[in-house]
Amino acid sequence: MINALPPATIMILGALPMIFLKGKTKGAWMLLLPILSFVNLLAIPEGSHWTFGFLGFEVVLAKVDRLSLIFGYIFHLVAFISNLYALHVEDRGQNVSGTIYAGAALGVTFAGDMFTLFVFWELLTISATFLILARRNKAAISAGARYFMIHVAGGLCLLAGIIIHVQTTGSAAFGYIGLDSLASYLIFIGVGVNCAWPFMHSWLVDSYPEATITGTIYLSAFTTKTAVYFLARAYPGTEALIWIGAGMAGFPIFYAVIENDLRRVLAYSLINQVGFMVVGIGIGTQLAVNGAIAHAFNDILFKGLLFMTMGAVMYRTGKIRATDLGGLYKSMPWTCTFCIVGAASISAFPLFSGFVSKSMVMEAAANGDMRFIWFILLFASAGVFHHAGIKIPFFAFFSHDAGIRCKEAPRHMLLAMGLTAFLCIFIGSFPQFLYKLLPYATDYNPYTPSHVIAQSQLLFFSAVAFTLLLLAGIYPAEMRSTNIDFDWTYRKGSRWFYNACDRLFNGINAFGDRVFMQELPKALARFARDPAASLQKHGVRLLAEATGDERPLAKRLADTEHRTKFAAYPIGGGVLLAVFFLGVLSLFYILF
Amino acid sequence: MKQPIDIDEELRMFDKPENVKRLLIIFFTSSAAVLMIDLFYHRHSIFAWEDYFGFYAVYGFVACVVLVIVSKYILRPLVMRKEEYYDD
Repeated sequence: MINALPPATIMILGALPMIFLKGKTKGAWMLLLPILSFVNLLAIPEGSHWTFGFLGFEVVLAKVDRLSLIFGYIFHLVAFISNLYALHVEDRGQNVSGTIYAGAALGVTFAGDMFTLFVFWELLTISATFLILARRNKAAISAGARYFMIHVAGGLCLLAGIIIHVQTTGSAAFGYIGLDSLASYLIFIGVGVNCAWPFMHSWLVDSYPEATITGTIYLSAFTTKTAVYFLARAYPGTEALIWIGAGMAGFPIFYAVIENDLRRVLAYSLINQVGFMVVGIGIGTQLAVNGAIAHAFNDILFKGLLFMTMGAVMYRTGKIRATDLGGLYKSMPWTCTFCIVGAASISAFPLFSGFVSKSMVMEAAANGDMRFIWFILLFASAGVFHHAGIKIPFFAFFSHDAGIRCKEAPRHMLLAMGLTAFLCIFIGSFPQFLYKLLPYATDYNPYTPSHVIAQSQLLFFSAVAFTLLLLAGIYPAEMRSTNIDFDWTYRKGSRWFYNACDRLFNGINAFGDRVFMQELPKALARFARDPAASLQKHGVRLLAEATGDERPLAKRLADTEHRTKFAAYPIGGGVLLAVFFLGVLSLFYILF
Repeated sequence: MKQPIDIDEELRMFDKPENVKRLLIIFFTSSAAVLMIDLFYHRHSIFAWEDYFGFYAVYGFVACVVLVIVSKYILRPLVMRKEEYYDD
């Protein structure tokens, strides 16, 4: 028996006391928790732990191997960084949900069975939603609601898949699944929602830019990366992933070029980077999976760093649109420097972290002779430099001076950004420390002269293109605008759906009401008031029409009226007798 | 009497046109230098086309021009709406 606790316990339970803590004590607790949790993780040996029976299946709270460990390490690291960045936040909702969110990601990562996994998967959704809602404005609340609904739908799809999978295989163990049955497709799609696959991606670009300044840092790290972990565990070598990943790497960069909200630009580039990971997992060779995992590790850091710098800008200026910013390098030189480090890392400049991981995926694609995919990835590499590498720092810190003079970011934010920037350069310069943690042993060397030269040429000439387009005035000026994406289908489409349903069902309702509640009873009542006369009158009219002789019509109608008036048809008496005899018959029937 | 704000006082390194010009010259020169390495060093590659002179430079340049042209002239007219599009 080991004396450690299950990996997610400390973060999730430890988040609860934050409800009562304030100020410095709370700050110290926020920084201490990830460290405690990390030490606890180190105390757990590889293998499956905390297993017990549940409904005839085996629940495994911690399955520790090289794949789950590397995600465990980076999640702890980024939880620490995010908590450091969020030290100033005195909002219990955010403090608690941010830390629980990190804990939930750990829970998914170390879950050895699908039930445990699903519980933490849903906890991810719930805690993330609170990070979005915590901004407490109209846009954030509706974006949070949409986020929640989409992830609940994805979660249900996953749950349906899990139930069928467990029923058919008889085992709840979480391991390789592969695409071969209905259950595996349902699970695949459920995970795809969290992974922001094309057409399931719009929740990400919709909600992340609406979350709080610090909330977005947490958000950018956990949801998509746990999905990447899931795919690496359950679907390595699935060919569909190569194409899905290529789509993710490709299309968002077009949106990023015309987007005005700089945090939304980063959200698009997040999808672009996750695309590289998904391609790597789809290729499935050792080099490719290693590359995907290494890139996930690096992306958490450099994307977090970029979101942090934009958050700091937003914190000090209250603005985030490119049209409102510019010239901030004077007021925020450190933030600007860290932003450039993040930009160089995401663009995969030599000596920065992106360089040592993205190239593994590229090389794996080339080794598999996947020419088309390789060209798309190369295009995406140039494109990401263009929008995340140049556009973000340029429009925020340089470009035209927007006349904003503000203070440099607060010290704890600078520390968090500085630590992350240091890690980006450190991993980029000494990649062997990262490579040692990867699931497969590797002696990959990214620093061959050929690779360094090729990447430098690609990036330099992407920058030349940017500069020339800007000088020529062709580069699209930033505009205050909304660019519609796939979320249009449910944000506008839902309104149409609502109107269509309103027309259809309320139409049917109104029709039914008119015919069966009003006209039909009215007609029946008119007929039943005097059935014998009504029938005769109708017959008389028909006869008149048939013979064409209308002269006796009026007289005959009057005769009928007359007979009815003087009760020539004893209907009332007949009904009375019928009711009486029915009553007598019933009595007999009951008595005998 | 209050002094009007002297905008030149606020101008720093990257605001002065001569500095920007100097920076651009350094940048274009180094880009050309990076390209010229291809003349002296044979890059090892997996695909045959990687060996062509300046393949990566040309690809990077063309990719970014295509990216901007497509985004500006095709995507933006299709998807751009006013900022309050979703608000009503």
